[in-house]
Amino acid sequence: MNRRPRAAGPLRPRLRGSEGRQAELVLAGLASFSLLVLGLIFLFLLRESLPLFKHYPLPAFLTGTEWQPTSTNVRFGLIPLFTGTVVVTFGAAVISVPLALGVALFVSEVAPRRVRELLKPCLELLAAIPSVVYGFIGLLVLSDWIKGAFGLDSGLCALNGSILLAVMALPTMVTLSEDALRAVPESYRHASLAMGASRWETMVHVTLPSARSGILAAMMLGLGRVIGETMTVLMVTGNAAHISFSLLDSVRTMTATIAAEMAECPWGTPHYHALFAVGTTLFLMTFAVNAAADVLLRKEVR
Amino acid sequence: MRSPSIAGRRGGDGPGPGGWTARGRRAPPVLRPGHGPGRPSQDGLAAVKRWRQRAAFAVLGALTLLVLAPLALIVAYLVVGGLPAISWEFLTRGPSNMMRSGGIFPAIAGTFLLVTGASLVAVPLGVAAGLYLSEYARPTLFTRLVRLAVVNLAGVPSVVYGLFGLSLFVVFLRMGVSVMAGSLTLGLLVLPVVISSTEEAARNVPQSHRHASLALGATRWSTVRHVVIPGAAPGILTGIILAVSRSAGETAPIMFTAAAFFLPRLPGSPFDPVMALPYHLYVLSTEVARADPTLRLGTALVLLTLVLLSNLLAIVLRARMRARYGGGDET
Repeated sequence: MNRRPRAAGPLRPRLRGSEGRQAELVLAGLASFSLLVLGLIFLFLLRESLPLFKHYPLPAFLTGTEWQPTSTNVRFGLIPLFTGTVVVTFGAAVISVPLALGVALFVSEVAPRRVRELLKPCLELLAAIPSVVYGFIGLLVLSDWIKGAFGLDSGLCALNGSILLAVMALPTMVTLSEDALRAVPESYRHASLAMGASRWETMVHVTLPSARSGILAAMMLGLGRVIGETMTVLMVTGNAAHISFSLLDSVRTMTATIAAEMAECPWGTPHYHALFAVGTTLFLMTFAVNAAADVLLRKEVR
Repeated sequence: MRSPSIAGRRGGDGPGPGGWTARGRRAPPVLRPGHGPGRPSQDGLAAVKRWRQRAAFAVLGALTLLVLAPLALIVAYLVVGGLPAISWEFLTRGPSNMMRSGGIFPAIAGTFLLVTGASLVAVPLGVAAGLYLSEYARPTLFTRLVRLAVVNLAGVPSVVYGLFGLSLFVVFLRMGVSVMAGSLTLGLLVLPVVISSTEEAARNVPQSHRHASLALGATRWSTVRHVVIPGAAPGILTGIILAVSRSAGETAPIMFTAAAFFLPRLPGSPFDPVMALPYHLYVLSTEVARADPTLRLGTALVLLTLVLLSNLLAIVLRARMRARYGGGDET
């Protein structure tokens, strides 16, 4: 996060050698590859989405309330999938945001150095667990707990996905929030402590407000991960494509729809193109969330 | 981050004010709220403050334990449930009896192939881009766009990479559902990981090392080659290991680009489909009826072990690199 000031001036004249120039051009060419890939992703998503709208009007896709891709009277309405994603994401946010805030405060402001050095790798390991393993645990363990706790017929519901996704989002949220908290100048804390505030009061009234935009960005990046997570929700949310706002209902997210149906769907059919259109919508949604977080982070740096 | 108060330095079991707490004699009655360091409170307000802080810190610590609990629970659950399934046959044989018994060798080998392919794509591109951003990039529009692209690529959902791989590699470039298409897709997915870690590692090489090399008459490129790359090598390696672990665990990107439901043999060419561990775990847990439950637990345990061990290796390497340059733990 912290950029070291670059000593660009004195090094500059060395560039004149032709060998150096070539190396720079080659590296720049390879670096531009990520720009190319991002462009290609968008291009190919559009290329495979647009043919849908020859058969099926765009407004009907965006506002349709039914998703029935294989019936005789096909319906490609995005709304039930969109609400599925919103419900699961909302549930995950309610669980993970307060937890992430508490843990970030503990790691950055309370825990002694040694404890912090132990906690951070643990968070990394938590982030490293593959999403299919989380889904597996949700299927085997969490669904039984939820079934028992709420007296449901099946534990495969939005709540199951929300809990698992909250766990998966936490490492991102905590790590980035902690970065934001640690970027607050030490002098702010000293000033507050010198005024007689306790460390706790300093955290709540000085450190936390100063790191506000960085923490917000951290939460958004975590939720961006939640929106795009596929395997876990595919395995544990029950996958009923209907509009519901209850966490205890079976829901189907946009990602789960793509993963579940693309494997069985013949290439080039309207169904195939509809799944790409869902993918394009997903891409644009996560792009917007990431861009907003980026703007917030820039504000933080200033 | 310790309390910066001077009072924090004394207290504990050192001598009290005056230093006359000799052994065997009773210490003078000092009015201390709780056993925290610092001076006795002048009024009730300070005591309330101190108790409130202690309660708040306890809650925060409890939250931290709660957040880490899933890591311990998942590892414990899979080790206890999956260990009985692990045997030499399980690791070296293919599935049998409609995947209700047998081993997972083709899935392990398939994941190995996919990860190798992905690294061949991501490592050269990612290291080059990371070095460019750290050593050459000036604040131009091009640099800004590249940085923006890296950040955004890291945020693209993995299932969208799957769609992209399907449309570009499988359909448009006619590779079919194959090791090749899957490796390319996974390689692009982990590219941002390699770029960011390479850039960070190169930035951690002290500027004075570059100046020394340039002062000896080395060109900029030979400075990068002989000073920056060796200095940054452990950090670059960390990034590569993280990329490997990530590509070993991803399922969604290979579902439509590489993965086969069931394949008794290994692929004969890069244009054949393969089995892969994460996809195999998904299939076993959702689509195979009446599968032996220890089979799934064993598969999950193998996948988790692979991923967590490589991550631990990366963490250790990075800690050693930071110790070498005496840097803090900022990222």
